[in-house]
Amino acid sequence: MSTTTVAHHDDHAEHPTGIMRWLTTTNHKDIGTMYLTFSLIMFFVGGAMILGIRAELFKPGLQLINPEFFNQLIGVHALIMIFAALMPAATGFANWMIPLQIGAPDMALPRLNNWGFWLLPPSAILLTLPFTLALFGIGDGALATGWTFYPPLSIQGGIGVDFAIFAVHLLGISSVLGSINIIVTVFNMRAPGMTLMKMPMFVWGWLITAFLLIATIPVLAGAVTMLLTDRHFGTHFFDAAGGGDPIMFQHLFWFFGHPEVYILLLPVWGFIPQILETFSRKPMYGYKAQVYSFWAVGVLSVVVWAHHFFTSGMPVPALLYFMYSTMAISLPLAVMFFCWIKTMWKGSMSFETPMLFTVGWIILFGIGGLTGLVLADVAADAQYHNSYFIVAHFHYTLFAGGIMGIMAGTYYWLPKMTGHMYNEKLGKLHFWLTAISFNLTFIPQFFLGLAGMPRRIPDYALQFAEFNMISSIAAFTLGLSQLLFVYNIVTCARGGKKATAQVWEGAQGLEWTLPSPPPYHSFTEQPTVK
Amino acid sequence: MASIDESKVLSAKQQLDVKNQRLVRKLLWMLLGSLLFAFALVPIYNVLCTMTGLNGKTQNSATLLAKAKIDNSRWVNVQFTSSVMSGLGWNFYPKTTSVRVHPGQIETVIFVAKNTTNEVVVGQAIPSVTPGIAAANLKKIECFCFIRQSLKPGEEKAMPLRFFVSPDLPKDVSDMTLSYSFFPAVQLK
Repeated sequence: MSTTTVAHHDDHAEHPTGIMRWLTTTNHKDIGTMYLTFSLIMFFVGGAMILGIRAELFKPGLQLINPEFFNQLIGVHALIMIFAALMPAATGFANWMIPLQIGAPDMALPRLNNWGFWLLPPSAILLTLPFTLALFGIGDGALATGWTFYPPLSIQGGIGVDFAIFAVHLLGISSVLGSINIIVTVFNMRAPGMTLMKMPMFVWGWLITAFLLIATIPVLAGAVTMLLTDRHFGTHFFDAAGGGDPIMFQHLFWFFGHPEVYILLLPVWGFIPQILETFSRKPMYGYKAQVYSFWAVGVLSVVVWAHHFFTSGMPVPALLYFMYSTMAISLPLAVMFFCWIKTMWKGSMSFETPMLFTVGWIILFGIGGLTGLVLADVAADAQYHNSYFIVAHFHYTLFAGGIMGIMAGTYYWLPKMTGHMYNEKLGKLHFWLTAISFNLTFIPQFFLGLAGMPRRIPDYALQFAEFNMISSIAAFTLGLSQLLFVYNIVTCARGGKKATAQVWEGAQGLEWTLPSPPPYHSFTEQPTVK
Repeated sequence: MASIDESKVLSAKQQLDVKNQRLVRKLLWMLLGSLLFAFALVPIYNVLCTMTGLNGKTQNSATLLAKAKIDNSRWVNVQFTSSVMSGLGWNFYPKTTSVRVHPGQIETVIFVAKNTTNEVVVGQAIPSVTPGIAAANLKKIECFCFIRQSLKPGEEKAMPLRFFVSPDLPKDVSDMTLSYSFFPAVQLK
C-alpha cells in the first residue's frame, strides 16, 4: 500500500504553482530551465554593454562614453559573458540532459542544485549594481580593470572592484556546487549497464569540466580574496612596497583562467559529436579517441597558464616550456577535429538548424584554434599581446566555439524540452545572420591587431577607422539577430508542431526514448542499457 | 508483499544516499585542498623566485662577501635606474648611472633622494634586477633598501649602495640593470 503512495508521489507532476514553484524547486528540469533562462537574459545584458563599446569605437575620437565608463563596460561584459551567460548555459544543459542521458531520475543532490542556481541572480546584481550606484553619486562605477583584476590597478580601484570580488565569490561557490552535484550524479546514478565508456560525449565533457572547476575555482577565489585583504586589511600579497609581487597575481589568476577556457568549451565539445551523428545518420567516429582527447586537454590545461603573460617577463626556459606545452594542446584537439569530420564523412547528412550551427562551429572554432597557435609562439606573441588580434582570437573560441555551440545544442534539444518544433526557417535565418555578422565583426579585428591597435582603449588612430566601422556595424547586426533566437525559443515554448519522442530521424540515446516533453519525473524506474 | 517491496526500495535509496554523501565528502576535501594550494602558492612563488632570480628578485644577504674572489679577466657593466611610485613626493636618482666592475670587486654607488613636500615622509625602495637570470648574482652588502627611509620636509639625503657581482655570474651576461622603485612605506601599526 505504502509503495503505491511513494510511486504516486513520484509519478505526478505535483509542485507548487507560480513563483513558489521556481523558488523551491528541486526538479532537475525546472532548475535547468531556470539556468538557461538566466543565461539568455545575461547574454543580452552583456551584449548590450559591448554594443555600447562598439558604438564608441564606430568613429575615432571620444563621442559617446568617457574612458572610465568604457573600461567598466569592457570588464563587466567579460565577467557577465563568461560567468553569467556561458557557464550557466552549460550548467543548464547539464541539469536538463545529464539525468536524461544516463537514465537517472534526477540529479543526486537536488537541494544543493536549487541553491547553486539561486546564488547566480544575487551575484549578477552585485556585478552590475555599481553602475546604478554611480548614478546616485555612490562610488565611481563598476570594476574598471578588465575582467582580469590585475593589481596594482585593482588595488587602487573604487568600490566596483569590491563588488566584483564578492560576485566572483558567489559565482565560484555556485559553479563548485554544480560540479560536485554533477560528479556525484555521474558516478552514482547511471542506469544499470551504462558504463563510463558508454556515456554520451556531453556527459564526459561535463565530468572533466566539473573536476577542472573543483581544482581551479578555489585558486581564483583565493587570489581575489588576497586582493580584497590587500585593499582593506593591510596585507601585501601583491604590493611590492610590502614585499609582495603584482606578477604573482597573474600566475594565480591564469592558473584558474586558462583551465576556465576549457571549462567553457568541454561541454560544447560534448554537444558536437552527438549532433553530428544525429544528422549524419551514422554512429560517431572514434568515441574512445575523443574521450581520451578530453582527458588530455583537461590535464594539459592546468600546466600552460603563463602563455597569457609572456610579455610580463620570464626567463627563456620558462617561455620555451609554456610555448611548447601550449602548442601540445593542439594535438588532442586535432584528434577531435579529425573525429568530427570523419563522423560526417559519407554520412547521409541533412542540414537542419542544429547541424548548420555545428558545421559552422567546426570551421569557426578551427579558426579560433589556429590563431591561438600563432599567439602561443613566444616571438610572435610580443607583437600580438594585448592587441585586437587576441580579442578576435578569443571571440572565435568563445563566441563561435562557446556560444554558437550552445545555440546548436539549444536547437537540438529545444523540441525535446518543450515538446514543440521550433520554426526551422527562422532558425536557419538566425544561423546565417549570426555566422556572417560574426565573421564581419571579428575578421577586421584580426587585421586591426596585426596593424597594432591595442585593446581596451576607447580611442584610436585614424588609420584604423574603416575596419572599426565595419566591425561596429556587423556587431550591431550580430546583436540584433539574436532577437530572432529569443523569438524562436519563446514561440516554440508556447506552442507549435508537436515533436515526436525521437524528434530527429537519426537521434540516438536515452533522452530520445522519453516522450517530448519528458514527464516532470522521468526514469523513476531506471532503464537498462545493453 | 507490498511491505517487502517498500523496505527494498527504501534501502536501495538509503544506500545511494550513503554513497552520495561519501563522494560529496571526498569532493569537499578536494575543494579544500585546492583552496589551501592557492594560498600555499604565495610562499612557493616567493621561494622559487628568490632561489632562481625569476622576475628579478634579489637576495638580501651579504654573507658570501668573504668567499668572493675577484675575477680580473672579465668586466661587467652594471646600470642603475630609479623610479618613484605615485603617492610619494620625492625626487630620487642615482648619482652615477653605470659602473664597470670585475666580478667579485666591491663597489659603492650613491643614490640621492629629496623630499619635495612639507611633511615627514617615509619611503621604501624595492630593487629589481634584469636579466632575471643574473638577479641572484648581484650581492648587496649595504643598501638603503634594507630599511625604510624617512625624510624631513625638504631634506636631501645621499644614500649608499655597496655591492659586488658574484664571480659565478653566467658567462654570457655582460650587462645588468639594477632598478629601484621607491614606494610610500607601508604603515606598520
